[in-house]
Amino acid sequence: MAKVLVVDDSNSIRDMVSFTLKSAGYQTVEAKDGREGLNKAQGEGFDLVISDVNMPNMDGITLCAELRKLANFKFTPILMLTTESSTDMKMRGKSAGATGWLVKPFNPEKLLATIKRVVR
Amino acid sequence: MSVDLSQFIPSFLEESFEGLELMESSLLNLQPGDHESIHSIFRAAHSIKGGAGTFGFDSVTEFTHLVETLLDEMRDGRRDVDPKDVEILLAAVDCMRLLIEAARDEEDYDQDKVAQTTKQLEQTLAVNSDDNSTIPAASENAEQTPAMAKYNIHFVPEHNLAKTGNDPLFLFSALAELGELTIKAVTSELPALTDIDPQELYLSWNLILTTEATIEEIQEIFEWVEDECELKITQIDNDKVTNDSDKTTHKDVSNEELKQTDIPTIATTSQSSDNNAEQANVTSGGVSKEQAAKPKTKAKAEVGSIRVGVDKVDNLINLVGELVITQSMLSELGNDFQMDKIERLTNGLEQLLQNTKELQESVMRIRMLPISFAFNRFPRLVHDLAIKTGKAMELVIKGEQTELDKTVMEQIGDPLVHLVRNAVDHGIESAEVRLANGKPEKGTISLDAYHQGGNIVIEISDDGGGIDRQKVFAKAVEKGIVEPNATLTDSQVFDLLFEPGFSTADQVTDISGRGVGMDVVKRNIQSLGGRIQVESTAGKGSCFKVNLPLTLAILDGQLVKVGSETYIIPLISIVESLQVDNELVNRVSGDMALYRLRDENVPILPIYQMFGLKTEYTSINNALLVVVEADGQKVGLMVDNLLAQQQVVIKSLKENYQQVIGISGATILGDGSVAMILDIPGMIQMALTHAQNKRHNTPHNKTSLENTVIGEYS
Repeated sequence: MAKVLVVDDSNSIRDMVSFTLKSAGYQTVEAKDGREGLNKAQGEGFDLVISDVNMPNMDGITLCAELRKLANFKFTPILMLTTESSTDMKMRGKSAGATGWLVKPFNPEKLLATIKRVVR
Repeated sequence: MSVDLSQFIPSFLEESFEGLELMESSLLNLQPGDHESIHSIFRAAHSIKGGAGTFGFDSVTEFTHLVETLLDEMRDGRRDVDPKDVEILLAAVDCMRLLIEAARDEEDYDQDKVAQTTKQLEQTLAVNSDDNSTIPAASENAEQTPAMAKYNIHFVPEHNLAKTGNDPLFLFSALAELGELTIKAVTSELPALTDIDPQELYLSWNLILTTEATIEEIQEIFEWVEDECELKITQIDNDKVTNDSDKTTHKDVSNEELKQTDIPTIATTSQSSDNNAEQANVTSGGVSKEQAAKPKTKAKAEVGSIRVGVDKVDNLINLVGELVITQSMLSELGNDFQMDKIERLTNGLEQLLQNTKELQESVMRIRMLPISFAFNRFPRLVHDLAIKTGKAMELVIKGEQTELDKTVMEQIGDPLVHLVRNAVDHGIESAEVRLANGKPEKGTISLDAYHQGGNIVIEISDDGGGIDRQKVFAKAVEKGIVEPNATLTDSQVFDLLFEPGFSTADQVTDISGRGVGMDVVKRNIQSLGGRIQVESTAGKGSCFKVNLPLTLAILDGQLVKVGSETYIIPLISIVESLQVDNELVNRVSGDMALYRLRDENVPILPIYQMFGLKTEYTSINNALLVVVEADGQKVGLMVDNLLAQQQVVIKSLKENYQQVIGISGATILGDGSVAMILDIPGMIQMALTHAQNKRHNTPHNKTSLENTVIGEYS
């Protein structure tokens, strides 16, 4: 089953995303900010990355740009989890190489339904 | 499928309260141009809003959205950080706390306060009315058409689509879940084999989808690629094909040839036929109310939880592992024990001791939290008090990483608040007075915490006017607490502050000064096994020193023998132990004796007498004396013998038997016997009451006892 890297500085959101994914059979690895996420990504490959945008140390946009520089993340779907649904945010994500975005409030059913667009 | 997230509510709540604390402290310390702080405040608000939305705490979401909008404007530099805005944000933090608590407890909240702050926020936002920056995730539920329709989808992705992590195959799979999908690949753009870049995409597709879904839902699937492709969706006909949506089909897409395999998906076929076809578009707004409502009571019950780092738990497991090894080694040794194995036994026992000690320390560490948890509320408190009193002051916090038992922490909060309020109200002078006395205009209140020999010391000091000795004394006389002609040392005078009903404030303010606090503060601290001392210099300021045991469960004790009994004296109370030099004993009256300890007279209390024990050591001559101190009063406890010093686990006497004066608890010693733990303040009280009764019986016996025994203890 697909392996997902979940990056969020909020424990509860991270736990919830991870729990939702696990309950649908995905494997998950968690990181509490972009820097930790990047470290974990350097160690192993993932089928999908779901990352918050606003985080200390390294934000999600930077993480995304950094991941795209890694050879094995060239085509990996990267989804940004955000409450900011503004087009500006989307453009920033896109230009950093994000695949798409998930708009908060986080809804488990919607999460599972939408990630099917990028991973099976 | 439905995923129940209610188990995450407690951790969301905990995190939200932490977030609020962070917002508050960052707001209080906010300097102009401090972008990092604004960002972290924004992040905290943002996380709370996100989580609240998920759990259906709508009041929290709506309110926090306003806060977030304001913060967003500050973050983007569209708005300057004005002190007035900071005040509004602080009030907003309070409201968020109210709302979250109300959501947690399913109770009502102070609607007026929230409404007022909401209005302030809206007004503030209106002043700088830019177009709304962040709009809460609107549910994109368009009118549903239950009818089946056929759509033609022309999808021409850009060559580098894959580089964004998107894959048409998955998009088509998602489309297939909406209805019946026919896929045709257009290969005309495909270059010659030698020219193919494997990382590029050369195909385009024509898809026909028969579905109940709306055009918006189809578009949503392409949401993430719409900028990287040409997309044309057209409705071919509007015929009602069928209303049966129980079966959706899934098409396997291969490069050129399309194999049609009908696979009934496990996917979400909706509950009722009039709002079905929502698989990819579940109503936003998070967990439904019913789902969220259930666990709220549970969250309330779990307030007593403690968050422990994984490393601490791992360490414990490790230690338990070692303990098991030692145990099995010892039991093997015991199976067939011979005297020549004594050395191995000793080693084993030594190891057991080590393991137990480490285990104990690790377990205790789990309950230890940095005192910042208790200190966190003070910046806000002082900020608010400064505004209320019109005095300028700043708070300096030191040693906030000092660790303290969680139970002690919870109980020390209120006494500390009282002491800080007092420092603000009675300690710090008004700016004019300060300037006139050559002090900086701004007063300073410091909180400091540090460890000192198994205890934690918390100091609350101010650089204010100090305690007015004369005023305190006069007041005490007026209240009849002391005799007008009594001669008291400074520290004895300051101790009068802790007398019930004592207050020196000329004016009773709503901050402090009702005189119903300090005695309670002292009692609370004593009930925690701690003590409080005051130091003060007129014109320079005062310092309240609170000395607390690190934990309530374990005590460092000195074991002493009296007759056939073993007693435990808390090490924290012991000043020194000595053998009586007969020349320094001063018999005053009846059976009362004082011991000259340097320049102090210390009453000698023979424990055997107090507890009515039989012992052969009844003579004061050459007796062993343990000098203990409580409430600034020293006494010498006469004991038969000094035994070991060790840590003992405190068992409550009140719970297992009943409260006994002079005894604070009991413990079980290594040999299985029960030993009583002496309650030093209680014993001193007992002895002094006793002595005073004696004195009243013999009124003409004027001795130096007057200096030692102070009226306040009567």
